[in-house]
Amino acid sequence: MSIQARYRSMSANEVAWAIAAAILTLMTIFIASKATDAGYAFHMYVFALAGVGAIITLGKRAAANVPAHPLQEIDGKPNYHMGPVKFATIAAVFWGVAGFLVGLIIALQLAYPALNFDFAYIQFGRLRPLHTSAVIFAFGGNVLLATSFYVVQRTCHARLAGEITPWFVVLGYNLFIVVAGTGYLLGITQGKEYAEPEWYADLWLTIVWVAYLLVFLVTIWKRKEPHIYVANWFTLAFIVTIAVLHLGNNTTIPVSIFSPKSYIVWSGVQDAMFQWWYGHNAVGFFLTAGFLAIMYYFVPKRANRPVYSYRLSIIHFWALIFLYIWAGPHHLHYTALPDWAQTLGMTFSIMLWMPSWGGMINGLMTLSGAWDKLRTDPVLRMLVVSVAFYGMSTFEGPMMSIKAVNSLSHYTDWTIGHVHSGALGWVGFVSFGAIYCLVPWLWNKKGLWSDKLVNWHFWIATLGIVLYISAMWVAGIMQGLMWRAYTSLGFLEYSFIETVDAMHPFYVIRALGGALFVVGSLIMAYNITMTILSGEAAEGVEASKPALVPAE
Amino acid sequence: MAGQNEDRDHITGTATTGHEWDGIKELNTPLPRWWLNIFYATIIWAFGYWVVYPSWPLISSHLPGVTGYSSRAEVAVELDALKAKRTAAAADLGKVELAAIKADPKLLSLALAQGKAAFGDNCAPCHGLGGAGSKGYPNLNDDDWLWGGTLQDIHTTLQHGIRSTNDDKTRISAMPAFGKDGILKKEEVRLVANYVRTLSGLSTETGFDKAKGEKLFAENCAACHGDKGAGNKELGAPNLTDAIWLYGSSIDEIVETVTNSRAGLMPAWGARLDPITVKSLAIYVHSLGGGK
Repeated sequence: MSIQARYRSMSANEVAWAIAAAILTLMTIFIASKATDAGYAFHMYVFALAGVGAIITLGKRAAANVPAHPLQEIDGKPNYHMGPVKFATIAAVFWGVAGFLVGLIIALQLAYPALNFDFAYIQFGRLRPLHTSAVIFAFGGNVLLATSFYVVQRTCHARLAGEITPWFVVLGYNLFIVVAGTGYLLGITQGKEYAEPEWYADLWLTIVWVAYLLVFLVTIWKRKEPHIYVANWFTLAFIVTIAVLHLGNNTTIPVSIFSPKSYIVWSGVQDAMFQWWYGHNAVGFFLTAGFLAIMYYFVPKRANRPVYSYRLSIIHFWALIFLYIWAGPHHLHYTALPDWAQTLGMTFSIMLWMPSWGGMINGLMTLSGAWDKLRTDPVLRMLVVSVAFYGMSTFEGPMMSIKAVNSLSHYTDWTIGHVHSGALGWVGFVSFGAIYCLVPWLWNKKGLWSDKLVNWHFWIATLGIVLYISAMWVAGIMQGLMWRAYTSLGFLEYSFIETVDAMHPFYVIRALGGALFVVGSLIMAYNITMTILSGEAAEGVEASKPALVPAE
Repeated sequence: MAGQNEDRDHITGTATTGHEWDGIKELNTPLPRWWLNIFYATIIWAFGYWVVYPSWPLISSHLPGVTGYSSRAEVAVELDALKAKRTAAAADLGKVELAAIKADPKLLSLALAQGKAAFGDNCAPCHGLGGAGSKGYPNLNDDDWLWGGTLQDIHTTLQHGIRSTNDDKTRISAMPAFGKDGILKKEEVRLVANYVRTLSGLSTETGFDKAKGEKLFAENCAACHGDKGAGNKELGAPNLTDAIWLYGSSIDEIVETVTNSRAGLMPAWGARLDPITVKSLAIYVHSLGGGK
């Protein structure tokens, strides 16, 4: 390249973003000055700080003469935009470890309640949503951002749409995570499970999410491939549906712009129905569709085998997204929800069984002709085991939605066990597998720093999951049976406190399982860090792949 | 898809769809038969279920299902059956006196069964599952009773509670906060506390003037606790001569009790539970070991 200017003036695009950031800063400082609640004021200052940070970063970008409009292609190959992908990958590892750790703490608090130390900020009620949000939205969300931005570029053979917008999506999303998480600790919550953040955090997420949708859609729009790859259908279904769910379940009216408090417009059983329509489809579209997109790229890529069945992918995709959205009422069996809605929730859950398994079949059968790789490649093993866990929990789910089964399992720890076989086994393992694939690709390394450590991670975490879910199965079924046991004289056999007492050993085993899972994640964090810092640079093998963008 | 230059996977021999994304191809494998059959079966089953049970919403109602099933009706039937099972025997519990229940083995076993179930869910959180109590929550297994340990006394305590705010007949005793309210000086509180310890033969602090302590006790405490500190169940005044201490027997704990007073609360269960359950609870608590 010829001599370049050392700096340049800001582009119109950058100026527009800087103005938006300045407006955000001024507005949030104004709100903070009149806020009715110290925690809310703190959050407004966090937004203000983010706005100032954005302005400085945009200025530095011009000062360092980072190209305002990088080339779409270099030597006929796409000039991929991997900066935001790298950021989200590292964020995923960080939030994953943090979220698992909080989960371990609350598991220990359930086994030994004294561990809350009578300290308000670490009570179970505040840490529990911190754990669920950290693992689902912070860890899972960043994995989805990283993989979806990576996969859409590679399978569309096109650079990510926008220059600053993808960064806004990734950084803005993580800003939402920080505001949501600190809010729970400060006592700011709207009390809706998995939708705890208050109205202003929801509003911010809506803006970020629309930007995410736009980046994704425009990238698909400018693809160089004639067809859209199946992973991208799943990602698109995930983004669109999550937007609809988020808006539906967070339709709240704030008390004032200076207060974090808001009231939901739905009431009574309608609110409950909205909540579980949201809650169940957060599982369906965030934790299933989004992660099936990961499976559809990383499993065939890692196994170096074609996807088992294109027809199955079409049928199970449409069946899955059509059926999933109806299944929410199974969370409200035997409640004030009308019987007809309970019936629909249950029957649609049963019909959902095979569409869910379509993904499992396509994931596992893609291995045909490459099963031997499971012996030598611990990353592929992790991916395949995740699909097996997916199959298991998508069988267990429909089974638990049957009213007769649900009357035993509902409100017990069986539900917690079910969720974690899906969360730790499926979402956790498919994410770890994807991260282990992504990091060497993104940082141009020959491979991971240590495959042996991946193996350790795999076995320790697998043992942890088995301990966790089997303890919860036993505990949950025992709990359900104890609750419904009557004496011959027609009185309850056990008091509630006796059932709590009976759970104790299983709570200890569960915490042990969780501890192993945390240890596994720490091994991963170490391995990933070492790969980035000192992994052997790729050559030859990687040369066939289009060059990645130099670090910005 | 299978055009003139068909691409086949060399391992499975299956044709691909001919597309490739970042090196990934897709096989054109047909849908697995078993998968499709189970999928159809679940759909057919769902249609059947919709016919039998309440299902699709209509404009102002919903399809009722041929069985006319309703979960509310179902739970009502179950509750009625349970009630019938209980009241067949339990009706007698409501009719007869506490002493008569105690005397009739059949009624007694019924009352104990109901009492145990009610105790676990209502009393155990404070008094413990076995009724052993803890600091501030009386042990129900011993024979030391603040308000009396006869069947009738226990029943009255349960029915009306202790210092309950929603029952006019609740049991109330109000020991003054001697230190906080300035009735006694700090040194005087300590003197009295030491004296109280002597009543049950516990050691005193060095330099303790027993005569002074005794005088203070007689002036301030004896009215309720008695000259010898043996307590008074009519007033709910604890016996200070035994080894049982609700709030601890150390000098510091007694000083705190005398300084600030203690006022434990128990709800009036008559307002929360039905009369038969309260009766059964009285029988059960009486049976725990310390009933008079």
